[in-house]
Amino acid sequence: MEGEPSPRSGACFHQGSFPRAVNVDLQTDATLQVDISDALSERDKVKFTVHTKSTLPNFKQNEFSVVRQHEEFIWLHDSFVENEEYAGYIIPPAPPRPDFDASREKLQKLGEGEGSMTKEEFTKMKQELEAEYLAIFKKTVAMHEVFLCRVAAHPVLRKDMNFHVFLEYNQDLSVRGKNKREKMEDFFKNVVKSADGVLVAGVKDVDDFFEHEKTFLLEYHNRVKDASSKSDRMIRSHKSAADDINRIASTLYTLGTQDSTDVCKFFLKVSELFEKTRKIEARVAADEDLKLADLLKYYLRESQAAKDLLYRRGRALVDYENANKALDKARAKNKDVLQAETSQQVCCQKFEKISESAKQELIDFKTRRVAAFRKNLVELAELELKHAKGNLQLLQSCVGVLKGDT
Amino acid sequence: MQLEEEVEDKFELNISITNPEKVGDGMNAYMAYKVSTQTTLPMFRSKTFTVRRRFSDFLGLYEKLSDKHTLNGYIVPPPPEKSIMGMTKVKVGKEDNSSAEFVERRRAALERYLQRVVFHPSLLQDPDVREFLERDDVSSACVCALSGAGFLKMINRATDSLSKMTIKMNESDVWFEEKLQEVEAEDQQLRKLHIMVDSLVGHRKELSVNTGGFAKSVAMLGSSEDNTALSRALSQLAEVEDKMEQLHQEQAASDSFCFAELLADYIRLLGSVRASFDQRMKTWQRWQDAQNMLQKKRETEAKLLWANKPDKLQQAKDDITEWEAKVTQYERDFDRVSATVRKEVLRFEKEKARDFKKQIIKYLESLLQSQQQLIKYWEAFLPEAKAIA
Repeated sequence: MEGEPSPRSGACFHQGSFPRAVNVDLQTDATLQVDISDALSERDKVKFTVHTKSTLPNFKQNEFSVVRQHEEFIWLHDSFVENEEYAGYIIPPAPPRPDFDASREKLQKLGEGEGSMTKEEFTKMKQELEAEYLAIFKKTVAMHEVFLCRVAAHPVLRKDMNFHVFLEYNQDLSVRGKNKREKMEDFFKNVVKSADGVLVAGVKDVDDFFEHEKTFLLEYHNRVKDASSKSDRMIRSHKSAADDINRIASTLYTLGTQDSTDVCKFFLKVSELFEKTRKIEARVAADEDLKLADLLKYYLRESQAAKDLLYRRGRALVDYENANKALDKARAKNKDVLQAETSQQVCCQKFEKISESAKQELIDFKTRRVAAFRKNLVELAELELKHAKGNLQLLQSCVGVLKGDT
Repeated sequence: MQLEEEVEDKFELNISITNPEKVGDGMNAYMAYKVSTQTTLPMFRSKTFTVRRRFSDFLGLYEKLSDKHTLNGYIVPPPPEKSIMGMTKVKVGKEDNSSAEFVERRRAALERYLQRVVFHPSLLQDPDVREFLERDDVSSACVCALSGAGFLKMINRATDSLSKMTIKMNESDVWFEEKLQEVEAEDQQLRKLHIMVDSLVGHRKELSVNTGGFAKSVAMLGSSEDNTALSRALSQLAEVEDKMEQLHQEQAASDSFCFAELLADYIRLLGSVRASFDQRMKTWQRWQDAQNMLQKKRETEAKLLWANKPDKLQQAKDDITEWEAKVTQYERDFDRVSATVRKEVLRFEKEKARDFKKQIIKYLESLLQSQQQLIKYWEAFLPEAKAIA
C-alpha cells in the first residue's frame, strides 16, 4: 500500500512495554485483573487484546482474552452513563479516540518530499516519525487500559453485566458507531445539560460537603484544563527544539566529512555529541508528555466525570423538591394524594442513594488524585534528573576530549 | 610547497569595544562605541588608549583596507552588516529587549571584526588601522555606500565572472581550483547550519515563553488544590518551571551569541576568501590579455615588414617592447598574487580552526552549565514531591 505509515498491519507490541500511565491505586485484586496484553495497528483502527484473569464464578474460565476496538469501549462507557443505577458514581471517563491523523500526515509529507533530501536525512526523519507513531500508539493503549482497570477496581461497576460481556464474549459486539442522528441527539443532550448545569449550580446546597465540592470542582476543572493545554504547548516547543538539534547534528556531520583536517574531525565529534544529546532531549519531552501532560489530561476528564455526578445529584434534588411541591399541592386539593406520595418517596430515595454514594466517590476521587499526582510528580522529577545527569556527562566528556585535542 | 613558518606573536595587542552610547536624537542619532587598545607594540604612541567610533567608521576602515589590499590577493575581514531595522529601533528610542540585544550583538561583532583585522600581520602594518585605533577624531565623511548587502552583491558578481573564466583558464596549479570548490561547498553548509541554529534559537525562545505560561498555570492549579501537601508541591513545581523559563531564555541567548554569530561571521569571511580568488583570476586575465596583445603587435610588425612600410615599422617595434614589458610585469604580478592568496588561505584555515574550536567549546560549556542548573532545581523539588500524602 503506497504511503502507508509503519508500523504496518501485523505489528504486535507486548505487555511489558506499556507504561501504566496514570492511575495508581489499582487494587491488586486477584478476583478480577484486567489488562491489554497486545495491540495491533491497522489502517483505520486499532485492535486491543483485552486479557482477563479472574476467580469470580460468573466467568466460564479463569483466564481468557478477547479482541476489542475503540467503539466497543465507548459503548461500554455510555451504557454506564445511561444506567440510572449508576447515577451516584463517578463513571470512569472514556478513553479518547486513537488519533494517528497528524502522524500519518507527517509520514505522507515525508514520502512526498523524499526526492528533496539526502538518503541519510530521509532515513533519519522516517525513524523519528515512526518513533512518534509508536509513542502515540503506546499512549492510546495505556489510556484504554486505564479505563478498564478503573472499572475493574470499582466495587459496583466491576459486577456490571455489560462489562462481563465486554470481557468475555469472543465475538464482535456489533456495536456500530453513533450515526448522525444519534450524534445530534447527544449534542442537544449536552446543551440542555450545561444549561441545566448552570441552573442547578445556582441553587445553594444545604449540605456543606457538597457545596464545597461543587465550588472546588468547578474551579479545579477549569484550572486543570488550562494547565493541560499549556503543558501541551510547552512540550511541543521542546520537541521542536530537539528536532532542530537533530538537523544541526546532520549538517555538522556533512561538514565533518568534507575533509580529514583537524577542524573536520572536530565537527564530527560535536555532531556525534549533538546526536546523543538530542536523543535525550527528545526523551525528556516524551517523559514530560507522559508524566505531566497525560496526567493533567486524565484529571481533566475525571474532574468532568465528577462534575457530571454532581449534576446528576443536583437533578435528583430538583426532582425531589418538585415532588415535594407536587405532594403539597395534591394534599391541598386532596386529589391523587397517594400517587404524589409514592412519587415523592421514590424521588427521596433516589436522591439519598445518590448523595450517599456520591460522597464516597468524591472522597475516593480525591485520594486517587493525590496518589496519582504524587506518583507522577516523583517519577517526573526522577526522570528529569536522570536525563540531565546523562546530558551533563556527555557534555563533560566531550568538552574534555575536545579541549585535550587542541 | 613549503609552508612559511608562522611568526610567533611576541607582542601584545588587546582590543575591546565597550560602552555603546546613543548620541543625538531622532533619525540622526547614532551609537558611539568605546574602542580600547592595550599594547606593547612600539609603533603606537602609547601603551593604552581609547577612542570613540561609530558604525560607519568601521565600514570606512573596511573600504580603505579593501581598496588597498584586496587587489593583492589579501583576505580582508568584512565588517558586520548594516541593519536598517535594528538601527531604526535604537534611533527611535525603543527601549526593549530586542533593541538591547541588537546593540549587544553589534558591539560583539564589531569587536571580533577589529580583532581579526589586527590579528592579520600585513593589515596591522597599514597606517589606516593605526589611525583608526589611535586618532582622536577620524572623519567619517566617508558615509559608506558599501553596506553588507552591497558587499555580498559585489561578491556574487565577481563569482559569476569567475565561473566564466575558469572554463578558459589553464589551471597549472590544481590546488586553487580544489580550494575554491572546498570554499564553495563549505559556504553552502554553513548557510544551512546558520538557518538551523536560528530556528533553534526561535524554538528555545518559544519554549521559554511557554514554560512561563505553564508555570503560572500550575501555580493556579496548586492554589485550587485542596490537599495541602499536593498544593504545596504544585506551587513548588510552578517555581521550578519559572526557573526553567529563565534557563531556556539564557540558553537561547547562548545559542545565538556563541553559535549563530560565529556562523554568520564565517559566512561573511568566506565571501572575502572568494574575493581574493577572484582577484587572482583578474590578474591572470590581465596577463593573458597582455600576451594576446603582444601577439597582435608581433603580427602587425610582420605585416608591415611584408608590406615594406618602414616608417610605421618603428612604431610597431616600440609597441612590441612595451607589451613585452607588460607581459613580464603581469606574469610577475600573477605569481605574486597567487603566492599571497595561497598563504592567506592557509592562514585563514588555521584561524578558522582555532576560532571554531574556541567558540564551540565555549558554547558546549554553556550547555553544560544549563544542565547543572537543571539538576539543582529538580533535586530541590524531588523531596517536595515525595512529601505528598
